[in-house]
Amino acid sequence: MADKIATREAYGNALAEFGAQYNDIVVLDADLAEATKTCVFKKKFPERFFDCGIAENNMFGVAAGLAASGKIPFASTFAMFAAGRSFDQVRNSIGYPHLNVKICATHGGVSVGEDGATHQCCEDMALMRTIPGMVVMNPSDAVEARCAVEAAIKYDGPVYIRFGRLPVAVINDNEDYKFEIGKGVKLADGTDVTIVANGLMVEQALIAREILRAEGISASVINIHTIKPLDTQLLIAEAQQTGAIVTTEEHNVLGGLGGAVAEALSEVCPVPVVRHGVPDQFGKSGAGKDLLEYFGLNANGIVEKVKVALKLKKMR
Amino acid sequence: MNNDKILDLKKKAVDIRLGAIEAVYNGKSGHPGGALSAADVIACLYFSELNVNPKKPKDPNRDRFVLSKGHSCPALYTAMAMRGFFDLKEIKSFRKLGSLTQGHPDMKTIPGIDMSAGSLGQGFSTACGMALAGKLNGKDYRTYVMIGDGESQEGQIWEATMFAAHYKLDNLCLIIDNNGLQIDGKVKDVMNTMPYPSKFKAFGWNVISIDGHNIEEILDAFEKARAAKGKPTVIVAKTVKGKGVSFMENQAGWHGKAPNEEQYNQAKSELEQYKATL
Repeated sequence: MADKIATREAYGNALAEFGAQYNDIVVLDADLAEATKTCVFKKKFPERFFDCGIAENNMFGVAAGLAASGKIPFASTFAMFAAGRSFDQVRNSIGYPHLNVKICATHGGVSVGEDGATHQCCEDMALMRTIPGMVVMNPSDAVEARCAVEAAIKYDGPVYIRFGRLPVAVINDNEDYKFEIGKGVKLADGTDVTIVANGLMVEQALIAREILRAEGISASVINIHTIKPLDTQLLIAEAQQTGAIVTTEEHNVLGGLGGAVAEALSEVCPVPVVRHGVPDQFGKSGAGKDLLEYFGLNANGIVEKVKVALKLKKMR
Repeated sequence: MNNDKILDLKKKAVDIRLGAIEAVYNGKSGHPGGALSAADVIACLYFSELNVNPKKPKDPNRDRFVLSKGHSCPALYTAMAMRGFFDLKEIKSFRKLGSLTQGHPDMKTIPGIDMSAGSLGQGFSTACGMALAGKLNGKDYRTYVMIGDGESQEGQIWEATMFAAHYKLDNLCLIIDNNGLQIDGKVKDVMNTMPYPSKFKAFGWNVISIDGHNIEEILDAFEKARAAKGKPTVIVAKTVKGKGVSFMENQAGWHGKAPNEEQYNQAKSELEQYKATL
């Protein structure tokens, strides 16, 4: 397995890479270029990089105006400020007119670490997916992060992508890997339960599958990198095949991947859906990896939820 | 300055006011006060200043106008319809289900509206983006944006004020419709945002203060704004909320209220009588 890379690093590199090919790409940041990694683009294309200062609301408005004038703006800040502080701007200036703005938010989830609760956004997926027409993605590794950026460039419309601060394992560096907005990736087949993951929990889902296999439980693993539009077809097929779903995400268990999957399946193919993620509480300071352990955002946490799902399945 | 042109613009401004009243009356909802205060500036924009073509509403070289105080759209819709962007009869279905003329401007329903706006404070920033894109694309179009004085209580207004000066957006012209009133009363009592000239000067802007109902002054201000290089221009347009309808003038209560039939008839007759004197 290759070295660990943070998806924010892959984002910065992808911007610099595709910036050469797409002259209309412009990048905006709100005094966080070193952290969001837009600095990689800034270094290569200083004339197409605009620091907006610590004024996110204006930044998203400027992005909307640039998009309305034919540019492909990438606007970056932390997830907390993109989806949280600027929700109204993103909804009304970008979402409502369906403008071609790419909101690339880094520092999602509790793995942000030491900065603590004020900077650990665990609500961004929930907020962004309620905006009509918004594409919402949470890539699982550096390979997928690069693909998500490329797909966002080629897609005409508003896109929200969450990137992480913590270096994560590269899991998609195989020749068969294909990325398409709205299409889940089946990573492993199983018969007893399906683990649906996104972001850095995809790697943990694969580890959980091995633990379960040792106990004689066969788990499918699917990566839902795009929670909107949701790959309902794949989810239904999985629900029919295994009859039990466990979702896992580095996000509040309310409204994110778990919420999206439960909403979709309850209407067309109701099977037990057990949600694993950040409990409905604020984060705290600590090392990113320690916080993931603290909140049980690991393979063992997933295994526990699988046991719950299997019990529910039996009761049916 | 050409007297015929000024007379024509004065008449156009009355027609815009008549249309705004028509829209709000028929819609039984909307914001007449700010539409009437903005009417003269909007007349000068659509019938003199803006380089726009209703047949090519997406022309990349066109001038842009963003009505950041989107609730004043009854005036914008009327001006755009008079200019040929859509049929004037659409203003009668203002705010009704299925209507082109949404409660606040929607760029997706009316070609020629350059930005959807209405959530206060936001349109100004989008205009900054359009102006910046003009610079990046080597286009010489200009971007105009109108905000309200109440609207300038939004923090985002001052974020955009910093941004436009920082990036030297001299192709951007901000107009403040300074009618002095907002829903809860006088702007200076609710949350004072004045004085504008010293504030904008301190932010690095070119400032022009005018009577926002004086056509000559409005046209002259646009000309001066065009000539200013290296910094954005703000035109502080002193206006009267409800201008042109006696019982609406300077009444905060007419910010967002539709006239009844009697009031509608009186407003119409006052405006028509005034037009006849021109």
